[in-house]
Amino acid sequence: MINGMNKSFFEVLRAGINTTYQDLGRNNLYHFGIPFSGAMDRRNYLIANSLVDNQKNTSTIEFAYQGPSLKFNGEEAYISITGNINFNIVRKDFKQEKGICYQTYNLHNGDQIDILSTNKSVFGYLAVSGGFNTGLFWGSCSTNTKAKIGANNGEKLKNGDKIFILNSKKKKINHKINYTNSSIEYIRVIKGTNYDYFSENGKNIFFKNEFVVSKLSDRMGMRLEGPKIENIINTNIRSEGLIKGVIQIPADGNPIIMLSDHGTIGGYPKIAVVITADYDKLVQLTPGSKIKFKEVNLFEAEKLYKFYDMETQNIINQIR
Amino acid sequence: MIKNITNLGDAALYCDFGSEVNKEINLKVINYFKNLINNKIEGITNIVPSYNKIIITFDLSVTNFAKIKDKIQNIKLKDFEDEKNKKIKIPVCCDQKFVLDLNRLEEKINISVKQILENFFENEYFCYMTGFVAGMPFLGDLDKKLRTKRLETPRVRVPKGSVGLTEQFCNIYTFESPGGWNIIGNTPKKVFDKSNTLKPVLINPGDTVNFYQITKEEYDKWNE
Repeated sequence: MINGMNKSFFEVLRAGINTTYQDLGRNNLYHFGIPFSGAMDRRNYLIANSLVDNQKNTSTIEFAYQGPSLKFNGEEAYISITGNINFNIVRKDFKQEKGICYQTYNLHNGDQIDILSTNKSVFGYLAVSGGFNTGLFWGSCSTNTKAKIGANNGEKLKNGDKIFILNSKKKKINHKINYTNSSIEYIRVIKGTNYDYFSENGKNIFFKNEFVVSKLSDRMGMRLEGPKIENIINTNIRSEGLIKGVIQIPADGNPIIMLSDHGTIGGYPKIAVVITADYDKLVQLTPGSKIKFKEVNLFEAEKLYKFYDMETQNIINQIR
Repeated sequence: MIKNITNLGDAALYCDFGSEVNKEINLKVINYFKNLINNKIEGITNIVPSYNKIIITFDLSVTNFAKIKDKIQNIKLKDFEDEKNKKIKIPVCCDQKFVLDLNRLEEKINISVKQILENFFENEYFCYMTGFVAGMPFLGDLDKKLRTKRLETPRVRVPKGSVGLTEQFCNIYTFESPGGWNIIGNTPKKVFDKSNTLKPVLINPGDTVNFYQITKEEYDKWNE
């Protein structure tokens, strides 16, 4: 038995659409072809852990659209749910409480968490005090279903799975914050290394027109639909490294944005890169949402990141 | 050695070693990559070498573009080039079941299937880079006669183990994945092994690969 493990667990009554274990991801493996992975919406992930007094790199459950329904087996546990989520806490005596995000809940044997849906957003997080007993794979629990790497043998959760909980301290936890996920008008970007591959008209379209998030979006990438962006040099480049946030334009002229589980090498021209400060908001855009890009320079992007980081820290300081 | 360093977004450096792709430039890329790993610069989260580029990502809450650029320009380069690179033998089965594009290729480049395979198996290939999906090697160079473009419409699913050709390169699909390379065979060999955490990847940049043909029986009995 792994040290610190107790017998408490969640039984997965309904797994949800895309439910995986995530933490801050894994570094320094790109040269093997292994991407960062990790929680898509970093801020909501960090808040979820803070609300149950966890260290910031503790395993959480990330879900998309429809979340899991879980039954708690054990003495007591503290949980939190973050994002913009509709969920219920169903007590052992079948009394149902409508769940509120950004606060801790105390669970007892037989209680259920039923995460119905993400509201006008894609991802949400469930944290438990002490964390889930997932094991670490290159320093991270994060599940990458594409490469079959990480916790749960690299697979999504499925019905009937048992999710064991690591020992949590017995101290009572009761946190609550007021936080609303704000929406933004633009996704801010820095020009990419192949910006000049595109016609004047193509560049104009990229910054002036609206694009629509396609259904073909997942943890690897977000595809956009809209007016085509014309390439005047070459629709392929020599394959080279990719990073999350890169916006590639393949031959069909429709942008693809690289997200956390992306392929580490790619051969399409890079028109722009989403700034780090806007990544959390980008990943929460649902299929059908409209998206508009705005150019900023490196200096502005660095300032915006400092602001984003400070804001995140302030929210977490409210809790601690 | 690096011709140009620019920023790629706000949290990465894009180091360009020139527009050419050949073994000589790639060896410089690999040597630089090893130096960067060896220097353990604070805040760097990933280093991605490719044919003629290195992309370095960093943690924006720890450092920034200007600081990393300054540091990498001032590292003292050590020579790792004489470090022993591996020679790896990869078995390939060219049973009808696996050669998805071989017959089409015969028409496309106008040499017989027999000659394509002979040519492919008699050459040695250099690993330029590893990636896209975990452990996938990008190998070269193919003989000029074998060079052709990728499929016009990529396959939604290329089977795991497939060996593909495109332009001057060949590769091995370490996972079932979408892809547009011309598939001429399949290897039963484990090229990516996640249980080997220190060395999960069999073929690393700088290594040399020799392919050899095996029968369907040998393929089916392959055990590792």
